[in-house]
Amino acid sequence: MAERGAVPQVSDGRRRVLGLIRSFTSPLLPDDYLELINPLWSTRELRGRIERIERETSDAVSVLIKPGWEWAGHRPGQYLRLGIEVDGIHHWRAYSLTSDPRRSDGCIAITPKLVESGKVSPFLFSRVRPGAIVRLGGVEGTFVLPDPLPARLLFISAGSGITPIMSMLRDLAARGELRDVVHIHCSRTAEGVIFAHELAALHAKHPGYRLELRITGEQGRLAPAVLEQQCSDWAERETFLCGPTGLLESLGAHWRTKADPSRLHVEHFQPDVRVGDGERGAGGTIRFRKSAVEASSDGEQPILHAGESAGASLPFGCRMGICHSCVGRLRSGQVRDLRTGRVHGQPGELLRTCINAPEGAVEIDL
Amino acid sequence: MSATLTDDRPADPIADGIESPLARLTPEQLEELGREFDAIHQEVYADLGERDSRYIRSTIKLHRELVLAARALLLGSSRKPLWLAGTASLSLAKILENMEIGHNVMHGQWDWMNDPDINSQSWDWDTASPADAWRHSHNYEHHTFTNIRGKDRDLGYEIMRIDPHQKWHPVYLLQPLYNLLLMGFFEWGVAVHDLDHGAIHSGEKTKVQVLEELKAIGVKARRQIVKDYIAFPALAAFAALAGKRGSLGSSRRAFRSTLTANFTANIVRNVWAYSIIFCGHFPDQTYTFSEEEVADETRGGFYVRQLLGSSNIDGGPLFHLLAGNLSFQVEHHLYPDMPSSRYAEIAPRVRDVCRRYGLPYNTGPLHKQLGTVHRTILRLAFPGGKVRPKPGPYRPEPV
Repeated sequence: MAERGAVPQVSDGRRRVLGLIRSFTSPLLPDDYLELINPLWSTRELRGRIERIERETSDAVSVLIKPGWEWAGHRPGQYLRLGIEVDGIHHWRAYSLTSDPRRSDGCIAITPKLVESGKVSPFLFSRVRPGAIVRLGGVEGTFVLPDPLPARLLFISAGSGITPIMSMLRDLAARGELRDVVHIHCSRTAEGVIFAHELAALHAKHPGYRLELRITGEQGRLAPAVLEQQCSDWAERETFLCGPTGLLESLGAHWRTKADPSRLHVEHFQPDVRVGDGERGAGGTIRFRKSAVEASSDGEQPILHAGESAGASLPFGCRMGICHSCVGRLRSGQVRDLRTGRVHGQPGELLRTCINAPEGAVEIDL
Repeated sequence: MSATLTDDRPADPIADGIESPLARLTPEQLEELGREFDAIHQEVYADLGERDSRYIRSTIKLHRELVLAARALLLGSSRKPLWLAGTASLSLAKILENMEIGHNVMHGQWDWMNDPDINSQSWDWDTASPADAWRHSHNYEHHTFTNIRGKDRDLGYEIMRIDPHQKWHPVYLLQPLYNLLLMGFFEWGVAVHDLDHGAIHSGEKTKVQVLEELKAIGVKARRQIVKDYIAFPALAAFAALAGKRGSLGSSRRAFRSTLTANFTANIVRNVWAYSIIFCGHFPDQTYTFSEEEVADETRGGFYVRQLLGSSNIDGGPLFHLLAGNLSFQVEHHLYPDMPSSRYAEIAPRVRDVCRRYGLPYNTGPLHKQLGTVHRTILRLAFPGGKVRPKPGPYRPEPV
């Protein structure tokens, strides 16, 4: 089953009326006809209209989306699953929300970075036009500010790792809570700093917000020693870190040896190319019964990827085990969950093909 | 190899020297043919994109606009011209929804779009048969075992003798009569057919399963009946009563005329769907197969069986649209999961394969195809009967 948007918050009365009208539209829903007038009126799933696309840097844009129903809100730092049609095919991606949850115009924003070889970001970057309709999935993520707010905060971001932190900064600024915040942001070049103007403006306006920009192409990477120099009380601050894996690993080790690691909150800014960190097996062969395709995996490739490489057209969604769009019924054999390394599989079990690799020969009803 | 195998088999008394072209091809030829047909599928699938997505979306939109127009017209159905116009557009809408949209979406032809709404698993159509049961009996059974006698339950739908190999029984004397009934109430026939009596009798299906399926048919039937025969007539009656010169009499007339309009539209759709579908596998040109003939079938063998067992109907683009492109039954059976809008494009390539391998390409105008079907139904109501002569290999028409 293909992934759907989140169920919008619609009043009970409205749902009851639509339920009655259903006698006239069955097997279709009243929604199916209302969508002829405006696709945003769907009560089945939340959709949004792209209002504006703002260029941030040479390889990042902000996309402003107006949800069809009132935005139920998000916690700054969370990400949104977005469904969009590119060349006739629906793709789903997760993007950090960069907007403050209570924008006066009711819009939400994401700020994707261009991945040249990708499918969705080049589309958002140069082809999509205002007025396009997108599907809005669930809001997820635990990389959020605690409540109540800690007295002192440290944000460390690198590249597009700024995106979840931007939402936090905008939220804090709007609530007047930028009281004691240090923000170290790394970018390879000065031109590549996303939100450069807004960050500078925040720095100028709020004495409680100190921005330390580090241009790594000239000044080198952010080593733990540099961190200690730029923020001497780093160990006493509740810290939010978002950036590439290398930075996460080096700073993570620093916290583990020199500070309280429970006060360091981290977020990868891109889902890992590698699925999960579980133990790997030797892989095996996969027979897709309905597609009549044979494929094999070396133990690293999930079933979905192996099947697609072998030419099968398979259902897919998030490719990270969240949405259950890719499920297929296991006929025989065992699989290994790439996130946990656990080997499992009963005949007849519904499997997520995106996070399981075959463990020996398997047959699946896809 | 095939020749010696055929020689070893006991002569088929009914086939009367009609040799299946399947037996003429060598295993090497079959393998090569399989590769050629696979390549056409791969090419089309690699090319699917925005053009196709726009096509199905606009077809779905057209259907919904037709429904809205029809239902609006029928609010005034007490007046003859409105009754006619409304019934015509509702019939058209139901045909479009049943054939080009429902059948094809539920085949998974549009699943590649990854759209949750236009998806074989979530779609339901405006007919009596529940989507799940139909997907099993049609997509799996009929498309896998096409025209294999004893395995394809769509051969005569278990109630008709459509092939001389089927043993005669006195009940078949009535088949010309119930053929007419089936034509008018085809959607109900399909719903009951999906239950699979054979599987119920043999105990293959558990009682619980049968009860669940019956319940699903009941729910679906109730919704269909409420919509067409209660809700809309009542709405028209209410509108008539609330109108300027409203009276109980005008209200009753509006109820009745809307009900007859909806009933007529359902019958028109059923007759049309029946006619197109019966032309898919039952005209004289098509072959049927014994289970032995297709034992250990290869991919190439599968393609040839689909090719021989199906037949097309000639027509223009509008005809093909209303036929749900099942007028390209040959192409549909080769590639059941290919978007129907692509069949017309690949037809010349399929014919070219037929020409090169000396295979027939079954097609003909609607009246001829349907004529042979009804002749067969009449003839085989009585004992005996022979397999009708088959066309030779496909030859392109001289330019």
